[in-house]
Amino acid sequence: MSGHNTHDAHLDDHHDDSGYHGSYRDYLIGFIASVVLTAIPFALVMTGVLPVQATAIIIVAFAAIQMVVHMVYFLHMNSKSEGGWNMLALIFTLIIVVIAVAGSIWVMWHLNTNMMPVHTMQGMG
Amino acid sequence: MSAAHAPINPDYVDAQGKPLWHPVHEPHLPEGHSTSLGFWMYLMSDCLIFAILFAVYAVIGGNYAAGPAPKDLFDLNLIAVNTAMLLFSSITYGFAMLAMMKGKIGQTLSWLAVTGLFGLAFLGIELYEFAHLIHLDATPQRSGFLSAFFFLVGTHGLHVTFGVIWLVTLMVQVKMKGLIPANRRRLMCLSMFWHFLDVIWIGVFTFVYLMGMLR
Repeated sequence: MSGHNTHDAHLDDHHDDSGYHGSYRDYLIGFIASVVLTAIPFALVMTGVLPVQATAIIIVAFAAIQMVVHMVYFLHMNSKSEGGWNMLALIFTLIIVVIAVAGSIWVMWHLNTNMMPVHTMQGMG
Repeated sequence: MSAAHAPINPDYVDAQGKPLWHPVHEPHLPEGHSTSLGFWMYLMSDCLIFAILFAVYAVIGGNYAAGPAPKDLFDLNLIAVNTAMLLFSSITYGFAMLAMMKGKIGQTLSWLAVTGLFGLAFLGIELYEFAHLIHLDATPQRSGFLSAFFFLVGTHGLHVTFGVIWLVTLMVQVKMKGLIPANRRRLMCLSMFWHFLDVIWIGVFTFVYLMGMLR
């Protein structure tokens, strides 16, 4: 199966062997967007103008957006690069990441709240 | 499996007509044609390493063991400067790639050198921060929070360190052999590695430093 697919990918894929598709415009857009998406979360946390809850939601949202910006404008990700295999690998990885991180937090949070009697918690921060 | 009825691909049959599990002739693919996909696979596996470290930090990052908390330790001004260093290095690496595409060896090398300096500045600031924390007795052994913190941020720093070593190696290779296809491919791999580290750093400064200051 894999032999067949690599053949196809080779036929209709890029011609330069570096497989590189960047441009000045891409880098500048990515850079300016990143600066804005970094400066705002830092400013919000350093000045503390918003309530903690709202600040947390905004900085996590901005981080997610900035990761997408980096993927698109710096790593030149799109659904067509490498015949779609790049995107497939990324989606698979993201699913595993979400399962690992969310699952760990969920399981361990319940373990903490269900297993520990209150009186042994005094030494904990 | 209805293997008996399936037509057999002639590439997978030997001289006697027996089916084989590999093609008789290796397919002729140009050198390095699958390097970028293979390297992307490596980055994805690296991403899983960081996912586990983030999960560990999320689980035990609040266990201070009556020791210092993020608010007592982190200096956001320093982290902002550090973040800027990494972001600058990302765009200068991009300029190096653009110079490479135009075949300008001198420009490529200069931008790579600038990228390396930004990388070193990042590492210098990070090491200063670590030294400062250790001086405050906030060592990895102090609490679960600090173990997870040093493990996560240290692993990222180690990646940047190896990225800088790799970058210097490639500068020497470009200097010696020019922008030959092999060197272009190597520079492309390092560019993916370098930008990937910046993506991980977004997670670090958001979840470790900024969220830490909110706790």
